[in-house]
Order: sequence, then C-alpha cells, then structure tokens
Amino acid sequence: MKKPTVVSRYAGVFVLATVIAVLPLLLPNSFYFDVAINGGIAAIVCVGLNLLIGYAGQISLGHAGFFALGAYSSAILTDNYGWPPIASLSTGLFVVGLLAFVIARPILRLKGHYLAMATLGMGIIISIVLNQEVNLTGGPDGMPVSAFSVFGWEVNSELAWYWIVGGSLIVIVLLALNLIDSAVGRALRAVHGSEVAAQVAGIDSTRYKILIFVVSAVMAAYAGSLFAHYTGFLTPSEGGFFRSIEFVTMVVLGGMASVFGSVIGAAILTALPQFLTVFHDYEHVMFGLVMMLTMIFMPKGLLPSLRNWISKNSL
Amino acid sequence: MSLLEIKGLSKFFGGLHAVQNLEYTVESGKVHSIIGPNGAGKTTLFNIVTGVYPPSSGKAIFEAQDITGLPIHRLASLGLSRSFQNLQVFYNMTVMENVMVGRHRHCQKGFLQSLLHTPSITRSDEEARHQAAELLAWVGLEAYATAHANSLPYGALKRMEIARAMASEPKLLLLDEPAAGLNNKETQEIDELIRQISNRGVTVILVEHDMRLVMGVSDHILVMDHGQKLAEGSAEEIRENPNVIAAYLGSGA
Repeated sequence: MKKPTVVSRYAGVFVLATVIAVLPLLLPNSFYFDVAINGGIAAIVCVGLNLLIGYAGQISLGHAGFFALGAYSSAILTDNYGWPPIASLSTGLFVVGLLAFVIARPILRLKGHYLAMATLGMGIIISIVLNQEVNLTGGPDGMPVSAFSVFGWEVNSELAWYWIVGGSLIVIVLLALNLIDSAVGRALRAVHGSEVAAQVAGIDSTRYKILIFVVSAVMAAYAGSLFAHYTGFLTPSEGGFFRSIEFVTMVVLGGMASVFGSVIGAAILTALPQFLTVFHDYEHVMFGLVMMLTMIFMPKGLLPSLRNWISKNSL
Repeated sequence: MSLLEIKGLSKFFGGLHAVQNLEYTVESGKVHSIIGPNGAGKTTLFNIVTGVYPPSSGKAIFEAQDITGLPIHRLASLGLSRSFQNLQVFYNMTVMENVMVGRHRHCQKGFLQSLLHTPSITRSDEEARHQAAELLAWVGLEAYATAHANSLPYGALKRMEIARAMASEPKLLLLDEPAAGLNNKETQEIDELIRQISNRGVTVILVEHDMRLVMGVSDHILVMDHGQKLAEGSAEEIRENPNVIAAYLGSGA
C-alpha cells in the first residue's frame, strides 16, 4: 500500500528533473531562457502557495508582498549595505518568516472571505511601504540590484541562473511532496477537510495554519530574492495586488492540492503573455479570463482534471 | 471507578437552558447511553465534554483532571475521542489517510524531519498505516483503503469515523448518533462494533435515538429532558421508570 505513493512521488520529481535537464537543449535563445527562469521562479512561489491554499485550505491574496519583501531584503542589504548576497538572502528569509509568523496568528483566525480580505490588505500595505520608503527602496522608480555571487563566483550567465532556479525548484518540489506525505501534511489536509474533526484527532489547527503560512511566505521570499538578483532591477509592482492575483491564478489553473499542477500552472501563465505580446495591454484581463474559465470548466485545475480523465478512460 | 464526572454543569444559549445543573458519573469500562427527546441537551453535553464550547457553569473532570474549557485538540492526548452526528469526514483525503489522521498524536511530527522524510518519519508513517489498516479491516472497509473518502456511501463513512476515532487509542469514546440514517443491517453492525469497542477496554458514551440499539448495548442509561436529568440506571430500570414513560409517550394528561 505504501509503494504506489512513494513511487509516484519520486517518479514525478524524476520527470520534472528530466524536463529541466533537457529543456536548455531545446531553448533557441536567451529570450526563451528568460521565460523559463521567470517561470521557475513563479513555480517556487506557487508550490508554496498551494501548500497554503490547496492543501491547508487557507487563502492568501497577498503573497506577492512576501515575494517582494524577499526581493527587496536582498537588494537593500546587498546594495545599500554591502552584505554578501547569500547573507542578504538568508536574512531576508528569516525576516519574512518572522513577519509572516507575527501576522499569521491574528489573520488566520479569520475564515473564507474575511481571510481573503485580510491577506489582500496585508499585500497592499507591503506594496505601499515599498512605494513610500524612497530612501531604502527607491520608491516607484525602483532600484538596481547587483549580481548574485557565492564565495567570489559571480552568477551572470543566463544558463547559470537557469540551473540555480531549476535546481531550487526540484528541491522545493521534493520537500513539498515529502511534507504532504507525512503526519504534518495529513494534519494540514485534515484542517482543510474538517477543522473540528482534525482538532478531535489532537491537531492544533491554529499551529498548523501558522506553520504553513510561514513556510509558504518563506518560499515566496526565496523566489523573490532569486528574482531580484536575476533581473537586476526591482520596482514595487513586484509586490502589488496584480502579482498576488497572478500567483493565485497559476495555482488555480494548475490544480488545487497538486504540487506538479502548480509548476505547470506557473509555466503556462508565465509563458503565455510572452508569446501573446499582441495582447500585452490586456494581460490582466487574460489572467482574469483564465481564472474564470478554469473555475467554470475545470474547477479542480489542469493536472487533477487530466488525471481524472486518464483514469476514467483507462478503465 | 469513575472515568468522567460531570459536576453542576449548565449551558445557556441566550435564554435557552440547553443543560441545567447536571450531575453525571461515567464508570470506566462500561457502555453508557444518553437518551432523551430532541432538544433535551444530549449533543450540548457532548460538545461541552469534548471542548467544542465551554459550559456556562460547572465542571467536567476526566481521570481526576479538570478538562472544562480545555481546547479540543488537547483532549485527544488525554484519551478522549468522539464521532459526529453529522459526518465530519476529510473528503479531500483517502479512507486510509482519514484513519491515519486519527493516529496523529502517536505520529512523528518534526517539521524538518517531515520535509526531509527521514527514516524516523518513514517508520512512524509505516506504523500508522499498519494500525489504520487493522482498524479498517475491523470496521469492514479494508477494500476501500485507497479510495477517496468522497466516493464512500454514508453507512461506510459512519464506520470510517469510528475507526478514525479508535485510531487515537482513546480511553473514552463518545459516539454521537452512530446509527442515525442507517438501515437495520447497518445498525446491527454498529451494535456489534460498540460491543467490540467495549471489549477492548474502551469506555463508551452513546447518544442515540434507536432504542433497540441503546437498550441492547448499554450498561447504564442517562435520560435527559429539557436539559436536566430525568432518570438514570440500567436498561430495565429505565424501561420501567414512570417519568421516562411519561416523557416519551406523553403523561396522558
């Protein structure tokens, strides 16, 4: 009974790793690498966000805030204070984790629409702070970020970034799958299924909600930090409301409670606007449309629907 | 020996006195039932004992420890578990996982270990899976282990909830209308399960409307009416108690 879950868990990671390993051979130029790297960064956020939304059943419409905080922490500490990027990154993760922890307790007592509104407000506040703190962040004009370097080795090629983001994504997917298939993961899903029944089983639902909120925030911050060093320039819109909605749309499209679905959702919705530049002015309309169509025609999302369809047709 | 003692317990919802100054003792190792007309306060009593809400006054003492107002999740580790009148199933999980959640308090829960899936997590999971499989076989659901909970019929989910509650290895199990909505054959299966739970040394408190089930399995019956104790005693005593007959059949004016 145990075999199938373990096999499918690592089989999925193997497929993902293979795709990531082979993809560079198929990407014709640096434009495509750029899309792949941005897709990978979004996928890291979405895997974390899906742990919160899809598995634990708690919504967040403000995760771009954590993404931006991770990005700006790296940028500010590295560029304004001359810290080594790796130290800035770690500090950023710690600070965002701490902030998420402090916010989580009052916010996660709310349910449904109220939680959505509260997280929305949280994201907007972060975005306002990034806009206003001109001395630190450069305000709406944005700020440049120096290249990432580890022990003197500077990461400046597109390919190097590709491997860093790809490798990170594989590790994070693996960790997420491990977590889901443990007592902690079952507790999270149980809180989603029936909070009172979870509590009767001895699960401190508040503690687990806070835990996964912090974990998903830290994952978003990690992706944000990579993004900051990769793009070399940050603007507060990275933490804006639309960015949060983009992440949620990716999770919904890929499939709630599906780790690989999140990767696919992030890949599709990162690539799509790049190849439909004609519609650039309507980008947000497109995201809204994708969200609506997914909700109406396949509320479970792409990957779970596909899986259902295959298992139905193979019987 | 008394396992659970209810002392002077009251619960008011606005002007409604759902439970009034109730005294009740639950003896270890027996099957206790609570009966009474709709609105008598049975489920309210259940919800107070299991921490769903605090009483307006009074105490619940479990194994000499005051559990009044403890958060729900603390009660599992003391040895208290329950099933629900309206199903509370984790529909987003498989049947096996539902029962494994019941074993939560016995599982390894280290966060970093879980992320890395260390051997200790694998061992603990393996043990939980093994125990859950035994419980599923016991309630006759072993064939459904890998099925999603939302694909199971109502009667099967009722039994799955009992397996999940037993997975925490409780000392006291509260069953809230386990036979509600079940046909005769399914009720018979619940009857048999309750006897087996009792044989395993677990004390049972049963809230149930099916009188045949109650009269058959109970060592002790508490009759409630309007939030108060109307009578208590063995099945025979209750059956012949004039107050109970009056409450159930009407006093004949």
